[in-house]
Amino acid sequence: MKNALQLRLWQLGLLGALGVFWYTMTTPGLLPNFMFENDRQAAFFFGEPLKVFGRIWAWFVRDADIYRHLAVTLVETLLAFGFGAVFGLAMGLWLALAPAASAILEPYVKALNSMPRIILAPIFSVWFGLGIGSKVALGVTLVFFIVFFNVYQGVKEVSPVVLANARMLGASKRQLLRHVYLPSATSWVFSSLHTSVGLAFVGAVVGEYLGSSQGVGYLILQAEGSFDINTVMAGILVLTGFALLLDAAVGRIEKRLMKWQPKSGETEKL
Amino acid sequence: MIAPALAFDAIGCTFISRDDPGQRYTAVRDVTLTVEAGEFVSVVGPTGCGKSTLLNVGAGLLAPSTGAVRVFGQTLEGLNRRAGYMFQTESLMPWRTALRNVMAGLEFRGQAAADAKPKAEAWLRRVCLGGFGDRYPHQLSGGMRKRVSLAQTLALDPDIILMDEPFSALDIQTRQLMENEVLALWAEKKKAVLFITHDLDEAIAMSDRVIVLSAGPASHPIGEFTVDLARPRDVAEIKATPRFVELHAAIWAVLREEVLKGYAQQLQAA
Repeated sequence: MKNALQLRLWQLGLLGALGVFWYTMTTPGLLPNFMFENDRQAAFFFGEPLKVFGRIWAWFVRDADIYRHLAVTLVETLLAFGFGAVFGLAMGLWLALAPAASAILEPYVKALNSMPRIILAPIFSVWFGLGIGSKVALGVTLVFFIVFFNVYQGVKEVSPVVLANARMLGASKRQLLRHVYLPSATSWVFSSLHTSVGLAFVGAVVGEYLGSSQGVGYLILQAEGSFDINTVMAGILVLTGFALLLDAAVGRIEKRLMKWQPKSGETEKL
Repeated sequence: MIAPALAFDAIGCTFISRDDPGQRYTAVRDVTLTVEAGEFVSVVGPTGCGKSTLLNVGAGLLAPSTGAVRVFGQTLEGLNRRAGYMFQTESLMPWRTALRNVMAGLEFRGQAAADAKPKAEAWLRRVCLGGFGDRYPHQLSGGMRKRVSLAQTLALDPDIILMDEPFSALDIQTRQLMENEVLALWAEKKKAVLFITHDLDEAIAMSDRVIVLSAGPASHPIGEFTVDLARPRDVAEIKATPRFVELHAAIWAVLREEVLKGYAQQLQAA
């Protein structure tokens, strides 16, 4: 208990030290110039912490105008994850259970996977416009492959004994799919949940950044256009905090759904 | 005359190597054996002699290269629907609780969950796991998992029970308890049992008949012994009776040479 508290204190201390370092290095007139010839330049490049937090305060409390953008980014993330996971699950199950199809499609899957898919963003904005659609599409391409490969692996690694046992117990092909392949595959999907939700978020933000009319990525894009580094920094901090929250939520869902999986170090309950 | 529950008629199994189709391995050849309804038959033999292959053929999981299997007089095609199979290794679905694992077979065969549940609960109580229905397999000990498997197999009330060294992974005390439990359950229902083991003591203590297989490749039965020990038996106590010792000596005389042969082959292969 004491150790955990100490750990937290150290972590907070490090955060505080970083903040103080940022503040002293960037506040105009606080230190003599040793890097830049003009004492406003550090602030121009790196932003000023007080102004950054002022910006965040304005977003969340004073003007309370960021919630609309956050909601858009969140919806994009969830839609991208949902569609990507469902497509990945379906394709993964299909290819893992149909060796012929998997053999034919193998080079295409490899090519699509090794392609830097972020580069599809401009095409998606042409296809789906500047609204939510293009961001979701970009997120889906990122999430799809993570889920797809995990499901494929999950199905391939179903224990042959468990499979034979289910067959002997009378499971039909559909029942095998539903009661053996699917649970095994979903366990692999959940083990990659953190990565895939993270990538859905990346897809949403990058999509917004490349062209949009709302969302946190759009706020950053706007601020960058007017060299407002403080707002850019504030946007980055908000995104980071948001990603952490998202990750924590995923962790809780995972814990609930994966109750049946043994955790390392857990003693056998008799 | 009533047809035997399970009859192997000149069964042969030749495996073709997947990488090199020229490589063939004949696991069993010309195996003819029968298990009458209500009879407990054990098959013993050196390791790697194709005991499990025989059992898989009897279950319909593996099609024999030559010969035929008859189940109550009818030639077996596809899975053996009248048989329950207890596997050597872990066969429970890890994502289902003990209770839902026992229910699995009933559900697969079309019973409503509401009907299956009380039956499964009754079976869990019978294998002394009444209070453990909500545990996942990883929360149970090895012996408990075996008992869940037993309940899972027996809950379907199969006419034939196939057991592939079901207790080989258990410690000696748990094993004797389980053997006695199986004998008690068998005495109650009098099913046909085909029991595979490499443990001669276990085979004699439990069976009506012991069949000795020769060392592989192309192993086949080389001896058949009727065990005329009185029932009910206690597997631990019966080993001290003179008749048991006599039988053991007689069977071991046949088995010994095969075990040495099998061992020599393994040394050569290594």
